[in-house]
Amino acid sequence: MSLAEQYVMDTEMDRSEGHITEDGRKIGAVMMEMRNITLKFGGVVAIKDISFDIRQGEIRAIIGPNGAGKSSMLNVISGFYHPQEGEVWYNGSRRAPMRPYQVARQGIARTFQNIALFEGMTVLDNVMTGRLNFMKTNLFQQAFWRGKAEREEVHNREFVEKIIDFLEIQAIRKTPVSRLPYGLKKRVELARALAAEPHLLLLDEPMAGMNVEEKEDMSRFILNANDEFGTTIALIEHDMGVVMDLSDRVVVMDYGKKIGDGTPDEVRNNQAVIDAYLGVAHD
Amino acid sequence: MPDQLLYAMEVLLNGLMAGVLYALVALGFVLIYKASGIFNYAQGVMALFAAMTLVGIMEGQVPFAHLINAAFGTDLHVFGWQLSGLIGILLTAVVMVVMAWAVNHLIFRHLVNQEPIILFMATIGLAYFMEGLGDLMWGADIKKLDVGLPQGINGWIDTTTFDAFGYGFFIDNLDIWATVIAAILVIALMIFSQYSKQGRALRAVADDHQAALSVGISLNFIWVLVWSIAGFVALVAGIMWGTKSGVQFSLSLIALKALPVLMLGGFTSIPGAIVGGLIIGVGEKLFEFAIGPMVGGATENWFAYVLALVFLVFRPQGLFGERLIERV
Ligand SMILES: Nc1ncnc2c1ncn2[C@@H]1O[C@H](COP(=O)(O)OP(=O)(O)OP(=O)(O)O)[C@@H](O)[C@H]1O
Ligand SMILES: [Mg+2]
Repeated sequence: MSLAEQYVMDTEMDRSEGHITEDGRKIGAVMMEMRNITLKFGGVVAIKDISFDIRQGEIRAIIGPNGAGKSSMLNVISGFYHPQEGEVWYNGSRRAPMRPYQVARQGIARTFQNIALFEGMTVLDNVMTGRLNFMKTNLFQQAFWRGKAEREEVHNREFVEKIIDFLEIQAIRKTPVSRLPYGLKKRVELARALAAEPHLLLLDEPMAGMNVEEKEDMSRFILNANDEFGTTIALIEHDMGVVMDLSDRVVVMDYGKKIGDGTPDEVRNNQAVIDAYLGVAHD
Repeated sequence: MPDQLLYAMEVLLNGLMAGVLYALVALGFVLIYKASGIFNYAQGVMALFAAMTLVGIMEGQVPFAHLINAAFGTDLHVFGWQLSGLIGILLTAVVMVVMAWAVNHLIFRHLVNQEPIILFMATIGLAYFMEGLGDLMWGADIKKLDVGLPQGINGWIDTTTFDAFGYGFFIDNLDIWATVIAAILVIALMIFSQYSKQGRALRAVADDHQAALSVGISLNFIWVLVWSIAGFVALVAGIMWGTKSGVQFSLSLIALKALPVLMLGGFTSIPGAIVGGLIIGVGEKLFEFAIGPMVGGATENWFAYVLALVFLVFRPQGLFGERLIERV
């Protein structure tokens, strides 16, 4: 089957209204759809004519060797990069080119491959920034109409504490982030993203550089976030075991191209994917 | 009480009052620096420009009158109104916000991620541009500014201290007003940056641009905001200094007194700017009082800078900055 045929098949499937997974989670309709995205940096083609979609409620993995263009794809979704060609469809309508902060305000939160935290702030303050979009009172109200501003602040703090409990970082609430070890920083970054109550959560290698135990914790948090908050998640991950365990569907990229898309089982048995990972020469 | 001590106390008070204004101006620098890494050399010229604009608006001068008349052969000079200080200040504040927007959108938005020295050079360019723009809009002559603030010796303090110590303190009403207003603004700015939503966003931007974007903060909004605050601070400083000694070029140099304040307090520390401002204000007045007569006076011109230099040698990170220890 050619890629074009596969895409037609994919899109056909996409129009369906969703289904229930084996473990009883509800996967809904298509929420985010990338159509024929091409992204270039000068002569480097980071993404070449890629299409795929993300469904409501699912955990979608993006995998591929180093430099395949996975982070670039996440950056396109979150508005950090702007593709030269292609369309981004979100909640059923085509999205105009947007700046990252606008994407964030649409309910798309993210973490970064190289961790981007506010190093000078405490864990609590970091997570609190995730609530900025929920602070609706203006300066005037904050200064003179304490009632409303206070109610809002109390609600935001309660929600943040809930997230902090959820990710089991109560013990380091008041610790400046700069003092934390790598694994905990990753967790704080996830906390900040979850504090924004995102519809779609983008995670760029949330488990990179972690030991087995930390990876198990992180996997559990990701699954629970998906389950309890109903958050749709797209994640990039190198650890195949983790990917196969966590995800409902997997996109495989190699040299900027999509070489596979399907359930973990389908992808695992896809010859092109196997070749890419075994380093078979490219033509 | 011995006379010398009383004089010194009077000097100390005057120094504290000057220091509060230095602190306010230094805050203008600190906010921009924190949010965007730009050291705004144009802060002083902004104060001059604000004061000129205020005078122009209050007296109903036609902006660019000279240029317009030369181009169209007209003979415009004034609109013929005379506005009160308060309305003039409000309108000038609007002008400063518009300018903040223009400065960000025409210049600094395009210089994101450039080297600090490039940003600094851009602010030098901006300073000269604004100086020229101010002259072109309102004329280069020395202007008198009077927004209705009381001036002259405060009689109550004079008589009270005279009755108590047998020596009347000379405290200028204008200085009292300047101190009160600057102190209120300094406190308001601290509360704003610590507790408001925009203040939180500002600290986030100061810390990490990428992370700030990812939580939905518009960098441009924050940048326009800090330039607006700096513009407003410049306006207040321009009013105080302009009222005292006329609106003229030298006004733009006083604001650079904030430089040693920043060296003392650290470029990113709000408490540092406040404490630094007070130290410089008190230090230069006391030094002039105690040492000035021995060296022929005029020490206020250089004392602050030398103090900052000495300070730099021993504590380069400023009073409140964290000590940078190189990892080897
Ligand atoms: N901002 C950029 N400027 C120039 N080239 C870039 C930029 N971002 C990515 N690239 C290039 O695009 C290609 C894909 O990079 P990308 O970071 O998306 O890969 P990746 O799949 O995330 O790799 P890794 O697994 O190493 O994180 C690489 O060749 C990279 O050098
Ligand atoms: Mg990557």
